Amino acid sequence: MAVTVSIPTILRTHTGGEKSVEASGSTLAEVIESLENDHGGLKSRLVKEGTLHRFVNVYVNDEDVRFAGGLEAKVTDGDTVTILPAVAGG
Amino acid sequence: MLQIRRDLVDAMVAHARRDHPDEACGVIAGPDESDRPERFIPMLNAARSPTFYEFDSADLLKLYRELDANDEVPVVIYHSHTATEAYPSRTDVAYASEPFAHYVLISTRDPETHELRSFRIVDGEVTEEPVEVVETYLFAHTGADDVPDQD
Ligand SMILES: [Zn+2]
Repeated sequence: MAVTVSIPTILRTHTGGEKSVEASGSTLAEVIESLENDHGGLKSRLVKEGTLHRFVNVYVNDEDVRFAGGLEAKVTDGDTVTILPAVAGG
Repeated sequence: MLQIRRDLVDAMVAHARRDHPDEACGVIAGPDESDRPERFIPMLNAARSPTFYEFDSADLLKLYRELDANDEVPVVIYHSHTATEAYPSRTDVAYASEPFAHYVLISTRDPETHELRSFRIVDGEVTEEPVEVVETYLFAHTGADDVPDQD
């Protein structure tokens, strides 16, 4: 299952500057493993102790995966996964 | 240094005053690699809190898609502090993830006079920078310093 993953500025150091990369998997967790294989270091920026990092928002197409099963969110061929750092603070 | 038009400064301050005592937040977009803030985009503080701000997750996706489509970047990311000084909190630093953005903080704790300061936040390190308020970018004409509002 090929998906397109959109990478935010701050993580492009892991993708050689690429804004968007290809990955595969049928769940978000598998997509992240696939990203990690090709672009080492990305996983630890996204996942902490088995869940998505609270500083990062991940969307499958238009849906925030927090409302779609988190790392278990289903991904199908042709989907776009978008990673965006949360814009937040105190 | 942040060079920014006076009308954009006024718009951020007005937004901060309007949402006080909750924190206000938003972005000023500009052409990619221009470092020139141009398009004022106030955002909803999904936390609606006097001590926290967060862009709504759906709004965030919409914003970044729009910026991408226009070849724009968030040149300025601003938010207000309503009871403390205009300096990044530990939480601000932990979340900061746009190394090329100017993080502008506006304090509205004083009802008469606002405080507006700008910072770079890279890899957890905060560096304050001067703010130059100009009337227009066209001639790189320098206006007077930012005058505190009198409302
Ligand atoms: Zn803050």
